[in-house]
Amino acid sequence: MKIEEKLGKDVFKVDKEGHIKIDTEICRAKCKPKYCLSVCPAKVYSLDPNGDVRPNPDGCLECGACVIACLDEALSWHYPKAGFGVQYRFT
Amino acid sequence: MEHVDAVVVGAGLAGLSCAYTLAKAGIEVLVVERGDYPGSKNVTGGRLYTNPVRQYMTEIWDEAPFERHVTKERLTMLSDQSSITVELRPDDFAKKPYHSHTVIRPVFDRWLAEKATAAGAIIVPTYKVEGLLTEGGKVAGIRAEGDTIAANVVVAADGALSFIAEQAGLRSRHDPEDYAVGVKETVELPSKTIEDRFNLRGDEGCAQLYFGSLTKGLTGGGFLYTNRTSISLGVVVGIGALMHSAGQVETVQLMDSFKQLPEIASIIEGGETLEYSAHVIPEGGFESISKLYSSGILVVGDAAGFALNMGIIVRGMDLAIASGVLAAETIKLAKKNADFSAASLATYEALLNRSFIMRDLRTFKNARRVLDNPRLFTKYPEAVVSLMTDLMSIGTEPKPKLSSTAMKHFRKHFLNLSALRDALSLMRV
Repeated sequence: MKIEEKLGKDVFKVDKEGHIKIDTEICRAKCKPKYCLSVCPAKVYSLDPNGDVRPNPDGCLECGACVIACLDEALSWHYPKAGFGVQYRFT
Repeated sequence: MEHVDAVVVGAGLAGLSCAYTLAKAGIEVLVVERGDYPGSKNVTGGRLYTNPVRQYMTEIWDEAPFERHVTKERLTMLSDQSSITVELRPDDFAKKPYHSHTVIRPVFDRWLAEKATAAGAIIVPTYKVEGLLTEGGKVAGIRAEGDTIAANVVVAADGALSFIAEQAGLRSRHDPEDYAVGVKETVELPSKTIEDRFNLRGDEGCAQLYFGSLTKGLTGGGFLYTNRTSISLGVVVGIGALMHSAGQVETVQLMDSFKQLPEIASIIEGGETLEYSAHVIPEGGFESISKLYSSGILVVGDAAGFALNMGIIVRGMDLAIASGVLAAETIKLAKKNADFSAASLATYEALLNRSFIMRDLRTFKNARRVLDNPRLFTKYPEAVVSLMTDLMSIGTEPKPKLSSTAMKHFRKHFLNLSALRDALSLMRV
């Protein structure tokens, strides 16, 4: 089962503004390993053609693993606004 | 500006237990929750140990919407090609009061919220706290978009990431070595199918933990809990360990290969995934607990780091409930003395120290260091599984004596310095 299919089972209320911002300068300069790519259980993070990390916050499960793994604090991660984000029903 | 006795940030088990206990005592309490309903942002592996919490909120447990009471405990050790499962089924686990229960949080938390509301607590969902209100170095309430609520005391029940505790200066940055990430799928199956596949009767349930090759040498394991009409299935892995693997191991891939194991695939066959969820879990134990209070604020549950990985037992929800109640007891006393200073709220720490929470956290404070050993997840499961496979196999050649097979494996895997050291360290858990 692909991750997109798994996330398709969840209810998300998407905030167009997004709740994840990356400081690309810090990310480029300080972080080689890009831990966020492998720790995130929703594959929110991917590399763009330039090799920069880009978030797709729509499928974020708000677990917090990326915040903890981003040692260089390139990530500015907040909970989505009230009424947005994942809404669990069966967990 | 509104003013209440207590504002609880987060409608999880710690926050709701605190609110219920306060409301019962006639204390004004407001619970704010960023999700659309209590439980909508909350994740559990799936099991609540009921014995430690039955002494708190005694009157509510008979009505609790538990899924199944666990009568069967299974522990599975996995190597790449084989596995061993130990099953424990004590008669006592099938008798009331039951030992532990599986739960589904959106259901369970909503029920506890109804209890708190009926007792007089006010719960406001879809409300996200932006920060704390402070007054002369003391916490004086909360801020939200265009809104402030003043309170004598704020209870930080906002989960493992606790931005509230961080803002209050009670916690420093999260150390990846102290946290794991848990991922879970809830797979729907008819109750009859679950009972047949696990050999259960009625509301009996099974809890199963897996360790060994499934985490590719990283600290962690798999879990499976039976609900009434679904199975909670997932993997927990240390965030620090994932980072050390330098991208070689991915959370998503661990969950996928776990699901594909023959040991799992047959259990969930025909089932449909209802939901995919994830959350970080505090696993640092005693040494990584946050500061628990300061003037006008208390920290409870996961926010404080109250969770315990004892290797074959993982706990969090029982500690959350108990800490919420003890925070409420502290606030009741503070209200009586009209004193919400740090000195007054220090009662919370004293109550925690006397409770199972701090006692168990202290007893198992070495567990994390012992468990942070790749050999426990690679070499030893492999050794035990291969020994058992050799003992149980009949090949084309004449079979050696069982004792010489055992000795051969023992010498190969366990008669060395690192194994001896690991055995000694296991005795510290």
